[in-house]
Amino acid sequence: MLADKDRIFTNIYGFDSPWLDGAKARGDWDNTKKLIEMGREKIVDEMKESGLRGRGGAGFPTGVKWSFMPKEIGDRPHYLVINADEGEPGTCKDREIMRSEPHKLIEGALVASFAMGAHAAYCYVRGEFHHEIASLQKAVDEAYEAGLIGDDACGTGWKFDFYVHSGAGAYICGEETSLIESLEGKKGQPRLKPPFPAGVGVWGCPTTVNNVESIAVAPTILRRGADWFSGIGRPNNVGTKLFNISGHVNQPCTVEEEMGIPLKELIEKHAGGVRGGWDNLLAIIPGGASVPILPKSICDTVLMDFDSLREVRSGLGTAAIMVMDQSTDVIKAIARLSAFYKHESCGQCTPCREGTGWMSRVMQRMVTGNAHVDEIDTLEEVTRQVEGHTICALGDAAAWPIQGLIRHFRPEMEKRILDFQARSQAAE
Amino acid sequence: MQTEQPSSFSFTSENLDKANWHIAKYPEGRQQSAVMPLLDLAQRQNGGWIPQAAIEVIADMLDMASIRVYEVATFYTMYNLSPVGEHFVQVCTNLPCWLRGSDQVMEACKKVTGCSNGETSEDGKFTVLEVECLGACVNAPMMQIGDDYYEDLDSASAEEILKALKAGETPKVGSQAGRHTCEPAGGITSLTDRYPDRAAKSGGDD
Repeated sequence: MLADKDRIFTNIYGFDSPWLDGAKARGDWDNTKKLIEMGREKIVDEMKESGLRGRGGAGFPTGVKWSFMPKEIGDRPHYLVINADEGEPGTCKDREIMRSEPHKLIEGALVASFAMGAHAAYCYVRGEFHHEIASLQKAVDEAYEAGLIGDDACGTGWKFDFYVHSGAGAYICGEETSLIESLEGKKGQPRLKPPFPAGVGVWGCPTTVNNVESIAVAPTILRRGADWFSGIGRPNNVGTKLFNISGHVNQPCTVEEEMGIPLKELIEKHAGGVRGGWDNLLAIIPGGASVPILPKSICDTVLMDFDSLREVRSGLGTAAIMVMDQSTDVIKAIARLSAFYKHESCGQCTPCREGTGWMSRVMQRMVTGNAHVDEIDTLEEVTRQVEGHTICALGDAAAWPIQGLIRHFRPEMEKRILDFQARSQAAE
Repeated sequence: MQTEQPSSFSFTSENLDKANWHIAKYPEGRQQSAVMPLLDLAQRQNGGWIPQAAIEVIADMLDMASIRVYEVATFYTMYNLSPVGEHFVQVCTNLPCWLRGSDQVMEACKKVTGCSNGETSEDGKFTVLEVECLGACVNAPMMQIGDDYYEDLDSASAEEILKALKAGETPKVGSQAGRHTCEPAGGITSLTDRYPDRAAKSGGDD
């Protein structure tokens, strides 16, 4: 278990002031000038060495992403865009950073922007987070007032502006190119890559899009050193991580823990255990709605990190853990997610536009059992047709939960269908 | 889109200032980026929905074709193109909320307001809508009314909130189960060095 001294988000529950006085007392903005004076190259190298992998879901190494930005600033300005469009079902970590630790995000944005030659950062926050947007804006105003950002950020001579941009309710805008389109004032439909944002991003300029948590941990990593961060967790899966534990646990919560903590230990130590005890567990979705579900037998031993969860054909995603006990209708649970993806498909790619609707309709029939057993194979086949055939990962995200369901709960699906058929015959 | 439309719309001077503050966030010539915050301002000013005339005004302000503004207004779920009730009740029914009783929250809405999903009450006080994940999953189930999140709900607390609003009162926002934010309800299990008084009591029967 992570020691308190190694926790980055010491005010994640908001027990103390989120504002500048409180933030400074916790060590934020402590000689930020010294971090900047490390220079662009050293900051990027240190982030690479820390082993931080992006906290938005994909897990791409943050330092490597930063290194993709052009070394020299040419005619086009560079931008940092922060993805705070938190909408992956189960995920509610960035919200806590914005309302309780906003200065970590702003300081991180300054350091990251400097390291990428950007003079401005835009933080794209989902519109429903009205109060979090207000909190973040208040912290930004404080930072300007104190000279921490602005024309001479922290006395470094580096001009840095931080802007808060609010979204308006579209899950797809969590996809980075869709977010960029939205930031440009258009409907949020993903762009084809290449060109990648580091070459052509917002307003045609070099852009890096990072998750809130990835940016907010950067100052602490630079202060305490890459070795400190990479010494926590397991190789290639290092550092601390905010976990959201929801569903059928006794005490749902958000907690910062070390990467690679066993799933069972995480739930029992922090969330008060599964409702009715561990043996009452049916299944867990370990990383937000998009990642495949895991049955209890795997949850017994699996570790919470990128590679461990990939080995069991699921994923860490956003580290949003949704726990389902034995009372859960697991087919209905996955059908609910299928309805979500149908609702959120932007409609640009045919496999996703048509596929999410088709999959959702079939999943609804799977809930009642009004289907044929061989339709399970057809459903599986359709998920394979959608997966990998769309511009962005929403198609994949719609396919994976169903694949996970079929992989681990096919007998339940078959039983549901056979029961329905038996009832229909009895009624005739 | 609403069939009965006001013939004109103009931002109040206060909102015009706000609009210009938003526009100034973006580089010169990129004022189109402000279309979303301006639509939000128009919706707030117009009592919760965006009239056609506001779309025209915003298009003029940002030098956009009005169809492009309309395209944005129809793409994002937070923009209402027809009137909603005074209290716009959005109940999250996505998986984490459903697992902890969002069906009961919807029932409570029906009981107090008379509205099923998507309906507006006859007195115009309430619109009830099932929505997708609102990002407060460890505080499930939850609903958003206006700008405010009401969390850790059950049938009784959801009913109380709605009844209070109906009576013109102001219910307490946030957790309805006495939590501060997203900490474990039984006391914290991390950061106990900083907040020893808030630590979960381990073992014992006291």
